[in-house]
Amino acid sequence: MSYTQLAVLAVLLAVALDQWGLRTRLTSTRAWWATYAIIVVFQLLTNGWLTGRGIVRYDPDAIIGDGRVPLVGDGRLFYAPVEDLGFGFALVLTACVTWVWLGARR
Amino acid sequence: MSLPHWSYVAMLLFCLAGTLPLVAVFRLTVLRQPRRLALAVLAAAVPFLVWDFFATRSGQWRFDPDQTLPWRVAGLPLEEVAFFVVIPLAGVLTFEAVQAVGRRARR
Repeated sequence: MSYTQLAVLAVLLAVALDQWGLRTRLTSTRAWWATYAIIVVFQLLTNGWLTGRGIVRYDPDAIIGDGRVPLVGDGRLFYAPVEDLGFGFALVLTACVTWVWLGARR
Repeated sequence: MSLPHWSYVAMLLFCLAGTLPLVAVFRLTVLRQPRRLALAVLAAAVPFLVWDFFATRSGQWRFDPDQTLPWRVAGLPLEEVAFFVVIPLAGVLTFEAVQAVGRRARR
């Protein structure tokens, strides 16, 4: 599977974990979306550093873009492949969902 | 090692510098629950590390040896492994800070 497909899958799995798996339902709360609004800004900044400088480089066959690294365009936002937004969302949501679930069980 | 080798480390330190102070500012108890925190970090880190390992091995992405430290864990830079500790931690701290702001606003 391409990174594009895997990123979409990761988002769906993380939301499924939240809504039906652990039933934490963070994605139905303002607190989560406020958290994500902050995180996505810093993701764009820090990931822009990683991708704009070429610390991480992507195979053009795995992403929407064709291998150029523009600030915006060609499937990129702040130098990073848009797929990274799915990756980051799923990663942080999974951590927060597990955190809240563990807290509720105490 | 020259300065560019620390490029990825710098990004991780930036993330920690931006979120660890939230503990003091909002009197968060996150770091006083090491077991809960470790499990939450692991639950996020493990599946994503597995993904990262296979994506790196299959060449979907790669890391610049000139901008990372020389150490590798299963083909991943040490920083990339640390990323999956730092980012879940930063996420949980941000989430708890947002909750703390919400609690204050409701008081």
